[in-house]
Amino acid sequence: MAKYLIKRIGRSLLTLALIICIVFILMRQMPIEGYFQNFDKLTDAQIQAGLQEQGLLDPMPVQIVHFFQNMFRGDFGVSHSYRVNVPVTEILKDKLPVSIKLGSMSILVAMCLGIPLGTLMARYKGKFFDKFGTLFIVFIQAVPAAVYFLFIQMYGTTLLNIPLLFNPGNWRSWILPVISMSLGNIAYYGMWLRRYMVDESNKDYVSLAKAKGASGNRVMFRHIFRNAFVPMVQYLPSSFLNTVIGSIYVESLYSIPGMGGLLVTVIKDNDNNMVQAIVLLYATVGVIGLLLGDIMMTILDPRISLGKKEGGR
Amino acid sequence: MLSLKDKLSKNLEKATEEKIAEETEKLAGISDKELFSFARYDEKEAEKTGYSNYSYWGSTIRMFFKNKGAVAVMLLMLAILLFTFIQPCLPGQFDPNTVNNDPNTSMALRNVPPNETFRFGTNNIGQDLWSRIWAGTRTSILIGFAVAMIEAVVGITMGVLWGYLRKLDFFFTELYNVLDNIPQTIILILVAYILTPSVKTLIFAMSLTGWIGMARFIRNQILIIRDRDYNLASRCLGTPTRRLVLKNLLPYLVSVIMLRMALSVPGAIGNEVFVTYIGLGLPTSTPSLGNLIDAGRAVMMNVSQRYQLIYPTVILSIVTVSFYIVGNAFSDAADPKNHK
Repeated sequence: MAKYLIKRIGRSLLTLALIICIVFILMRQMPIEGYFQNFDKLTDAQIQAGLQEQGLLDPMPVQIVHFFQNMFRGDFGVSHSYRVNVPVTEILKDKLPVSIKLGSMSILVAMCLGIPLGTLMARYKGKFFDKFGTLFIVFIQAVPAAVYFLFIQMYGTTLLNIPLLFNPGNWRSWILPVISMSLGNIAYYGMWLRRYMVDESNKDYVSLAKAKGASGNRVMFRHIFRNAFVPMVQYLPSSFLNTVIGSIYVESLYSIPGMGGLLVTVIKDNDNNMVQAIVLLYATVGVIGLLLGDIMMTILDPRISLGKKEGGR
Repeated sequence: MLSLKDKLSKNLEKATEEKIAEETEKLAGISDKELFSFARYDEKEAEKTGYSNYSYWGSTIRMFFKNKGAVAVMLLMLAILLFTFIQPCLPGQFDPNTVNNDPNTSMALRNVPPNETFRFGTNNIGQDLWSRIWAGTRTSILIGFAVAMIEAVVGITMGVLWGYLRKLDFFFTELYNVLDNIPQTIILILVAYILTPSVKTLIFAMSLTGWIGMARFIRNQILIIRDRDYNLASRCLGTPTRRLVLKNLLPYLVSVIMLRMALSVPGAIGNEVFVTYIGLGLPTSTPSLGNLIDAGRAVMMNVSQRYQLIYPTVILSIVTVSFYIVGNAFSDAADPKNHK
């Protein structure tokens, strides 16, 4: 177990290092406008001097080493157009808590609604509730999030009389962003939990429990649900990623002062250092999410041992 | 009765012995080395199997047509696909990029609500929304199909190599571990940010990572079934690897390949909308569902102009939902376990 954990964490670190290198090299292919505040007004000599000063004329390996050195000191460079010459870390420090708060709230809501949805669909399989739930899941999975988010904003704000833009002090303005971000995960949890519970309900121990005279609800919740829930943990990292993606869009739609909205803004402004830092941060969140999912699965179900080589026969 | 039985069994014994003697005589002329070498591959012999009127595709199509709801959705989908391509040839259509002016006042016809001339109205600079929507659907479907095809072709090829060549296993597994750890959206954003937006670069950015999921799936399946008895027998009979993969392995995977392809079309269409929203999409001179929806979003809080958002989203939703439903129904039908 410990050996597996060390190996798994080591691999995640390696992946992160690779991602950093790839992102760094890709970002250097960008037009150099993104490194200056007022590119159009500068003369060629000034541009060269500016590039020299920022170390952008050094050979690529030297630049990467510099970047890693600065990164370990917590220095990601300065913003060039979003907030001129303010360190990137300074800007992100205010934004990160907002995103974390929103993301964890949406995952919580998704669990509170998605798990009952899947359970009830399996309980009333083939009945009205199951059909209704399937309709919902098909809709959420097939229609791009980018589309139904807009409709939630459009009708949610007018019908419920909720302010269009986000205001951290007003709890009502949290409702729509959190619901938008959790819808995808609700459908995801519902779909998989239903499938696992239906699979489990065909197993022998269920017949035994019924033969013993356990009531339908007892069999459902005490026996089937417990076994079906374990593989669900596997989907936790994916839902983490879903939330990350959702947050980029939702935060920007509602002007929430978080990371996702910021990413959209700085992409439109061509602010290279900011884009680089936020992309890296999101990649890190993704890597950590997958790592946590794997670790949690080994802890929850002792029958699964990931120490062995996965896949194969 | 007894004597008859004895007689018959004696006859049988005799016949067997004669046959064995005959065969031994034949084999006596062959050296051991020849005896234990692989049989030569012979296409005619390979096809010589017991007769069965089971046809895989026949059963698949029969199963699919039993699902009336899915057939209806498929007809709707085909009708829309067909219409997007014949729409420009119909009489009385506007050009999607022409700004329409009022003939009397020569003012641009901005934000005209849907009427008889402009079936879906005009947008905020006076272009005909109806023709823009169909042109946009064309672009988006083209992107979706291209991404699905690239994912399938690259994914299947790489998956087969990954599963079959043990030397490549390490390389592919490590590559997968790295790629799988990076959120796809981040890669999409990054690549779209670096390249100048055009239909080609969007297709490239979207299919850059999608194939690895397909490849991994194919690889796992191949590992599971490549050493099953029938493949072992096939290999001993000297079937070439290429034929083994195409005839013995891939038919097993048709249902899942179809499902993944059908789902990557709506996925790509959705990604295009997302990429456009964050400002990395196609220019408005190339209408796509993404930039139409983004244009509609800009005016959505204005109730009288909401039609500019609603029409493109309705068309987009019909396309994506029907791909999703047809893909799922077809993959159920293509699974031989469901054939009766």
